Amino acid sequence: MTEPILEVSGLTKFFGAVAASDVLTFAVERGSIHGLIGPNGAGKSTTIAQLSGELRPDAGRIRFAGTDISAWPVHRRAHAGLQRSYQITSLFPDFTAAENVALAVQARQGHSFRFLAPAREIPSLREPALAVLGRLGLAAKADVPASRLGHGEQRQLELAMVLATRPKMLLLDEPTAGMSRTESRRMMGILRPLKGKVTILLVEHDMDVVFALADAITVLVKGKAIITGPPADVRANENVRRAYLGNY
Amino acid sequence: MSAPPRRKQVVNLTGLLVLLALPPAAFALGEPFLISVATRIVIAALAALSLDLILGFGGMVSFGHAAFLGIGAYVVGILAHHDVESTLIPFLPGAWHGSAAALVQWPLAVLAAALFALLTGALCLRTSGVYFIMVTLAFAQMLYHFFVSLPAYGGHDGINLWQRSMVPGVDLSKDWVFYYVCLFILLAALAVFSRIVNSRFGMVLQGCKQNEARLAALGIATGRYKLAAYTLAGAIAGLAGALTANQTEFVGPSLMHWSRSGEILVMLILGGIGTLYGAVAGAATFLALEEILTSLTEHWMLFLGPILVFVVLFARRGIYGWLVGPESGDD
Amino acid sequence: MTAQLFLEQTLNGLQQGVTLFLLAAGLTLVFGVMHLINLAHGTLYMVGAYVAATVTQISGNFLWGVIAAVAAAGLTGAAIEIIALRRLYDRGHLDQVLATFGVIMFFNELVKVLWGPQALFLSPPAILSGTVEVIPGVPYPAYRLLIIGVGLAVALAVRQLITGTRTGMLIRAGATDREMVGALGVAVNRLFTRVFAIGAMLAGLAGAMAGPLLAIEVGMGEHILILTFVVVIIGGIGSVRGALVGALLVGLVDTYGRAFLPVVLRGVLSPTAADGIGASLSSIAIYVLMAAVLIWRPRGLFQAYG
Ligand SMILES: Nc1ncnc2c1ncn2[C@@H]1O[C@H](COP(=O)(O)OP(=O)(O)O)[C@@H](O)[C@H]1O
Ligand SMILES: [Mg+2]
Repeated sequence: MTEPILEVSGLTKFFGAVAASDVLTFAVERGSIHGLIGPNGAGKSTTIAQLSGELRPDAGRIRFAGTDISAWPVHRRAHAGLQRSYQITSLFPDFTAAENVALAVQARQGHSFRFLAPAREIPSLREPALAVLGRLGLAAKADVPASRLGHGEQRQLELAMVLATRPKMLLLDEPTAGMSRTESRRMMGILRPLKGKVTILLVEHDMDVVFALADAITVLVKGKAIITGPPADVRANENVRRAYLGNY
Repeated sequence: MSAPPRRKQVVNLTGLLVLLALPPAAFALGEPFLISVATRIVIAALAALSLDLILGFGGMVSFGHAAFLGIGAYVVGILAHHDVESTLIPFLPGAWHGSAAALVQWPLAVLAAALFALLTGALCLRTSGVYFIMVTLAFAQMLYHFFVSLPAYGGHDGINLWQRSMVPGVDLSKDWVFYYVCLFILLAALAVFSRIVNSRFGMVLQGCKQNEARLAALGIATGRYKLAAYTLAGAIAGLAGALTANQTEFVGPSLMHWSRSGEILVMLILGGIGTLYGAVAGAATFLALEEILTSLTEHWMLFLGPILVFVVLFARRGIYGWLVGPESGDD
Repeated sequence: MTAQLFLEQTLNGLQQGVTLFLLAAGLTLVFGVMHLINLAHGTLYMVGAYVAATVTQISGNFLWGVIAAVAAAGLTGAAIEIIALRRLYDRGHLDQVLATFGVIMFFNELVKVLWGPQALFLSPPAILSGTVEVIPGVPYPAYRLLIIGVGLAVALAVRQLITGTRTGMLIRAGATDREMVGALGVAVNRLFTRVFAIGAMLAGLAGAMAGPLLAIEVGMGEHILILTFVVVIIGGIGSVRGALVGALLVGLVDTYGRAFLPVVLRGVLSPTAADGIGASLSSIAIYVLMAAVLIWRPRGLFQAYG
């Protein structure tokens, strides 16, 4: 086995008396889709925010691609290939879909201290942006402002942005949140082919999606990882049934 | 990407023609004082334009912009003062008696304002939102108090200049010449800024306004871009300050009074933020309104205050937005 | 530098500090509860000073002047809140800044119309015009001591208001979670007007009490407003304790700077240079303090709200 791409050890975060991460430890194998599930308020979004650097843990270490990134700021982690999406869609509402993605391409290309050339006419920004939009079925919407896209399209656009950065690993916080069944299935169709190319930590409330896609699953309850293992083991686990799946 | 809508071109072109034709028209009307009003408008537009870069595009609500104008003006004033008195400038490593040359004064004014913007910006940008507003205001006030209590350069009373800056072959003491120089600088700044806001840098800056956290999560270190924009805005405002000193032939702390910062903000909002040209429309409207209201009543602020509240509450697109109509594009 | 001088300057600093606290407390409460940045807060201080001067002159009694000032500031504040600011709670800070800037313009001009452009002067009440020996051999103006006393009493009262009353409970809840206050079924509008009026009355009180110590003129409101901003930046916005600590720090640093910096500089510079540079440097001392806090804690010493 190769070294895991992401290793989380002893991650701890309290909001007052509420434990959002309680000495959380798990690892994600390179190239896998790793599900992170748990009841509402279990601490899934908080975990992602600590991995991306937006939230500072009280304690614990994070290793990514062999390096300790615990002290890195958000942009540095992202630039190193650890990209995230948000449970509540987060876009640049006044920019068109193509401009949103082009900005992501720009982020990958290095610094943006270029002051004169019109960004919208630079082929090395626009072409990759259109290519990613095409892959996600948004080609027709390239020049529509993000704020005027439908909810499902906005979710897809957000995924297009993170993919355009050519990430090593994606942290996806409920990518199908608020989507219809058809849109949800479409999203699965987008994620499945990524398996083996991009590592994905997938937070998802739709169990069908998780169990269909994931190679391994971590179950979070009150900030604690009660089990990490292959889907079959997790499904069979008595603790999981009692603590969580019973709700479904 | 698409060509700007026709109406916008018409509005811009009309504005340009009016600005170009103003001095001859003023002479023809026998009202040459209009040139000095127009010069004030053009200089104020340059200051408002520099604010638009950080506020309209970068989302940074600076309430301390007059500080940069003040610095630019004081650099001109101090250099001219020592040049005339033939005294040494204190606290400089070498011995220098100042200068009257625009080519020395103005770049130094720009440099000094940029430096102040860089230093205070690094601190201000550690904060955001309402803190940013208060901190920028406070740093400008610091500078105001500093110059008020600086007896060497006139304290409260400031410095009166003997003459305008010297440019070889150009007689700035003629009001119409000075007007065209200011107008040229404004147009050049407009041209450069409209490139900048659509460049890669500009896209990042606009991204900061719309959703800074997302930009960071994509891997862009937003802080340095905001600081660069802040510094650039400070530099241009410093140039506007150097021109102000030349226009009024006076330099004093009143130039960086907090209400000056407020006025620049008001001009920009009046004209329309995030449009660049709105800065020009706003400066013209504000100063024209001031001229008209002052000629009617000494207590014109009694009317301007409520007008401002009204504009904020009900007319946020500003004059320029209203002129160019709803489909104005976004540059 | 004698101990006597030091004590005197410390009291001066405290006096300036509690005056700033009266303003900062209102500003920070209004921000904490309504998330409103109100540039016109200094206007209420000015209104307090002018009304105090006029009513004292007419009635011949400073106490009536203070009571009228507090009432006038409270009413003016409530009027501003109802006419203009209420529409701004959901707007961005830029709109709030601009609209309240318009309010400042209006009131500054109105005061010029009503009272004329000349500065007014107000004497402290006769019984307080003397000095008190704070410790034997150190006389100090009784009126300034009274200000310190009133300021500290108000600080205690505000603390009691916040920790001990229903309004205070709502204020604390509002500072951390605005939706929650609405969810409690409280008449949010009434709470807002009440908080705003309390802040306005504190500002009016500050203006009335500072009246006898300075020239009462247009612009005094904004001068102190910006100092109040420095206080709030240092203390942390939304925190009343931060407002108190910040106000006392600013008052002391400013006073010590003006009193002692020129003296210290005389050790290394010629007397005239020391006085000139000392004056310039001491005028920016509090801003240097603010910069230091920004480096160390960008959200202030007591960050109640982010
Ligand atoms: N900024 C915050 N302040 C206080 N509590 C928070 C904050 N963010 C999350 N929490 C709390 O932490 C717990 C975990 O939240 P979250 O990570 O969003 O859960 P999940 O994504 O698994 O539904 C919840 O109890 C939530 O209320
Ligand atoms: Mg969540």
